[in-house]
Amino acid sequence: MRFLRDESKFAQGKVAFLQYLTVGVFLFIVGGYWNLQIHNEEIYSLKAERNRIKSLPIPAPRGKILDRDQRVIVDNQSSFSVLLSRETLKEEHLKPIAEGLDLEYDEIVAQLKRHKDRPRYLPIIIKEELTPAEIAFVESHRDPDTYPELEMIHTERRVYPANGFASHMVGYTGEVSEQELNLPDFAKYQQGDLVGKTGIERQYNDVLTGVDGQRQVLVDNKGNERRLMGLKPAVPGQSIQLTVDLDVQTVMELAMDNKRGGAVALDPRNGEILGMVSRPGFDLGRLSSRERTKRWREIFSNPDKPLLNRAIQAQLAPGSTFKPIVALAALESGEITNDTSFSCGGGWNFFGRYFHCHNKRGHGATSLKKAIAQSCDVYFYNVGNKIGIDQISKYAEIAGFGAKTGVDLPSEAEGTLPSTKWKIRALREKWYGGDTISVAIGQGYLTVTPIQLAHAIGGLSIGGIWHTPHLLKGDAPAKRARKADLDLEHVRLVLDGMCEVVNGWGTATGSRLPGIEMCGKTGTAQTASNEYQRAKGIRLKDNAWFVAFAPRVNPEIAVAVLFEDGEHGPAAGLIARDIVKAYFDKKTRKELSQTNSEAVTAGLASKPPGAVN
Amino acid sequence: MLNLRNLREVDWTLLILTLIICCIGVLQIYSATQASDQADRWWKQVLYICAGLVVFYLVTQIDYHTLVGQSPMLYVVFGIILVFLLVLSRVVLGAKRWISLGAGFKLQPSEFMKLILILLIARYISELKSDSMRLSDLLKLSGLVLVPFILVSLQPDLGTALCYLPILAVGILLAGLTKQQAVVLSIVFMLLVPAGWFVLKDYQKARITSFLDPASDPQGSGYQVMQSKIAVGSGGMWGLGVTRGMQIQLRFLPFAHTDFIFAAFAEEHGFVGVVFVLGLYFLLLMQILQNAQTAPDRAGTAICLGVGALMLFHVLENAGMVAGLMPVAGIPLPLMSYGGSSILSFFLMLGLVNNVRLRRFLQ
Repeated sequence: MRFLRDESKFAQGKVAFLQYLTVGVFLFIVGGYWNLQIHNEEIYSLKAERNRIKSLPIPAPRGKILDRDQRVIVDNQSSFSVLLSRETLKEEHLKPIAEGLDLEYDEIVAQLKRHKDRPRYLPIIIKEELTPAEIAFVESHRDPDTYPELEMIHTERRVYPANGFASHMVGYTGEVSEQELNLPDFAKYQQGDLVGKTGIERQYNDVLTGVDGQRQVLVDNKGNERRLMGLKPAVPGQSIQLTVDLDVQTVMELAMDNKRGGAVALDPRNGEILGMVSRPGFDLGRLSSRERTKRWREIFSNPDKPLLNRAIQAQLAPGSTFKPIVALAALESGEITNDTSFSCGGGWNFFGRYFHCHNKRGHGATSLKKAIAQSCDVYFYNVGNKIGIDQISKYAEIAGFGAKTGVDLPSEAEGTLPSTKWKIRALREKWYGGDTISVAIGQGYLTVTPIQLAHAIGGLSIGGIWHTPHLLKGDAPAKRARKADLDLEHVRLVLDGMCEVVNGWGTATGSRLPGIEMCGKTGTAQTASNEYQRAKGIRLKDNAWFVAFAPRVNPEIAVAVLFEDGEHGPAAGLIARDIVKAYFDKKTRKELSQTNSEAVTAGLASKPPGAVN
Repeated sequence: MLNLRNLREVDWTLLILTLIICCIGVLQIYSATQASDQADRWWKQVLYICAGLVVFYLVTQIDYHTLVGQSPMLYVVFGIILVFLLVLSRVVLGAKRWISLGAGFKLQPSEFMKLILILLIARYISELKSDSMRLSDLLKLSGLVLVPFILVSLQPDLGTALCYLPILAVGILLAGLTKQQAVVLSIVFMLLVPAGWFVLKDYQKARITSFLDPASDPQGSGYQVMQSKIAVGSGGMWGLGVTRGMQIQLRFLPFAHTDFIFAAFAEEHGFVGVVFVLGLYFLLLMQILQNAQTAPDRAGTAICLGVGALMLFHVLENAGMVAGLMPVAGIPLPLMSYGGSSILSFFLMLGLVNNVRLRRFLQ
C-alpha cells in the first residue's frame, strides 16, 4: 500500500497541540456556563419569569351615582379596552395599529410621551369601548409575528345619561393631567389613571374611585394564556347617593331645553339640591373617553360655552329678583315700614339723572307689597337712596350673596356684592349715590349666580336660616346651617309681597299653580347699560330671571331660574312653575302609593289565618 | 465479515461514549417536543441512531485506505452535486440545502462533504514528501477546501461551510507548519475577517451584531440568543427537571430540539448536567485524539485529527452560541441535535476513527 509509512513521531506534537486546544476550549465553555448558571442565575431566572408571567391590570369600576330614591344616574357597563405594551413596542407598528383601531397616530405618540416616566412594564390603555370590528382586529393581530404589543382587557366603562342630561352636575372623567398630578388632591394618582375632572365626579373622586386589581397569567411565546398565576381582584369604588330627584331633574332638563341659562331647585329646610341644570349642555359619554382631542376642540370652540355650569358659575345681574333683599334691608334698618309709600310716575330724577321705571306710565302710590308684586323700580330707587349701599350689602351678605354658597361642586363662582369698601378695593374709586340706585334694582355692579339666588330666597322663606346647599345625600344639615337674627315680621312682609307676585296682582300671575301657593319674584336684567348699548348701536336681549319658593307656609322647595336672552322675567317664571309643579306632583304620587301599599298590607293582615296559600 | 476479532477490536470506549451522548440527546428531544406536534421526533432520532450504527459498522469494514484512495472521486461527485443544488436554488426558489429522498427523508450533501474533505486531506498529507510545508502545499490545501466552502456559503449555509475550516487547519498543521508560517497565516486571517464582513448577508451581519449585544434587538436575530441565554441561566445549578423547563415548554426557546438542544438541556439539567455532558464530549475527543496517536500512518492520523478538530469546532460553536459565547451559526451539536444527516455524518466519521484504530497493528 502506497500510503503506509512508519512515522510514529509524525503525530506526537500535533496530537498534543490538539489535546491542549481541546482542554482550553472546554474550560472556556464551562466558564461561560458557570457565569450564566451559577454566577448570574438570579438575573436569568428573573428574566425567564418576566418572559412567561404577564401582569394585566383589572381596572376597578367607579362607584355608581344614584338619585335620592336610589335610581341610577351614572352606571357602568362592561366593555373591552385595548392595551399597548411598551416593553415590546416597535415604532413602525404604531401606524398600522392606529389605522386598525381608528385612532389618530399623533394621539398615540402623544400618549406614549405622557407615559414615558412610568415603568415600562406597565401597559397603557389606548382605546376603550371597542367595537366588534376593533375586537376582531386586536384578536387577529396580537400574535408575536404581527403586533405582539397589543393586549385586550375587560373593563367597566362609565355610562352617562344621554343628551347631556345632568351633565354639568355629574361632570366627566378623564386621564389625570400633568397639572392635576401636582395638586395635593391627586397625590395618590399616577399618570394614566382615570379621575373625575368636573362636577360630582371630581368632588367625590376619592369615594368613587376603586382600587385597581391585577391578574398574573402564564403565557407562552405566542402570548396565549396557559394558566392563571395570581389574582388580586379590583375593589370597586363606592356608590354615592345624591339629593337630586330624577323626576324634578327631568322636568328641569325639559323646561330648559333649547334655551341658554341655568336653574337650581333646592329644599330650603336642609339645603338638599333637588335638581340642577345648565344649558347648553354636552354629551358626557363623548367627553369621558381617553381619546378626545377632536370632540374637545368642538366643545371648546363653541361660543355658548357649553362646559360652563351656569347654575353655579354664571355671574350676572339678578335684576328685580334682588328686590326682596333690598326690601328686607330697608325694613331691618328701620328706614321704612309696611306703611311707607312712594309715588311712581314712571321714573325718578336723581341729581339730574333720570331713572326709568319698567312701567313707563308709572305705578302711582306704591306700598311695599305692591312694589314687590309689580316690581316698581321707583319705589326701590327711593328705598336704596334712603338706606345706602352698605345697608343693602349687609343684608345681601347675610343672605349669602357675594360668597360661595359652599355647594359640594368644584369651581363655584362668588358673584359680586358691591359696597363702598368693595369699590375702593376693586376699582379704586369712590362710591356714588347713583351706583346705589342701580344696585337697588339688581343692576350695576351686582352679579349673582342662580344657586346663590335660590339659596338666599330659600333661606329667607323659612325665616332666615340658610342651610348650605349640597348634593351628597346624608350630609348632616344641622351643622351647616347659618341663622340670622332677623325680625320675623319683616321677613313675613317681604314674603307676602312675593306671594302677591304670583297669586295676587303681580308680574307672574301666569305662573300660578292651582292648589299650591307658590311665591316668587321676576327679574328682567340688562346685560349692558343703556348707554353702552346706544354707543355700540346694538340692542342686547335682556336676561329673564325668576326665583320662587313653595308653599307659602312651611316651604319645601326654592327655585331659581336664569333664562339668558329670555327678555322678560315671566318667561323664566313659567319654567319655575313647571319645576315646582313637578315637585308637588311627585309628592302627591308618593303619598298616594304609600296609602295604597298600606291598604294592601292592612288587607293582608286582615285575612283569616290559613287563607294565605 | 463480522468476526470475533473485529468485535473485540472495536473501540468500545468511543462507541459507548457516543451512545451515551446519543441517549441523552434522545431524552432531551423527547422532553423538548413531548407536548407539541413534533412529539414523534425522539423515536425518529432513535431510528437515525440505529441507521448510524449500521453505517458505523459498514464503514469499519472497508479499509480506510480504500476510502482515502477513492476520496478524489467522491470529492468531484459531491462537488458536482453542490453546484447542481446551487443552480437549482436559483431556478426553484426555496430548494437549497437538501436533496429529497422521498418519504420525508432529506439528504444534506454539505454534511457529507465534511467527511470527504477529511479523507482528501488525509490523502494529500500522506503523499507529502517533506516535513515542512511549502507555499504550494498551502495553496493547494486551501484551494481544495475553499471550493466547497464557497459553494456551501452561497447556499447560503455559512454555518456548515465554516465547519470545513477546522479540517483545513488540521491539514495545514499536519503539512508541517513552521513558526514563521503560523505568524504570517494569523496576520492574513486577521486581515481577512474584516474583509469578510462586506461579503456577509444582512441577516448574517445581524447575527454577529446581536452576538455582541443581544439586547439591541430582542425580537430580531438577538431574540434567539436572548431566549437561549435565559434558558441556560435559569437552569441554575441543578436544573428545572425533565419536561419542566419553562423556556422550552412555553416555546420561548427556539429550535429546542435541534440547534438549541443544549440550551434546553442546560435549562432542565443545570450546570451539573452541562458539566457531565461536556465531560462526555471531552472524553470522546480525547479517545479520538488517542486514536490519532496510535494510528499506523499519516493518513490515519490525519483522519482522526480531522474528525477530532471538526467535532471540537462543532461543540465549541454550538455550546458556545447557546450560551452567548459565540455568534449564531446554524450548526448542530454532534450526536445530540435532532437530524438524520447530522447523525449519519457523525457516525460515519466515528466509524472512520474506529476503522483507523482497528488497523493500528497492521504493520
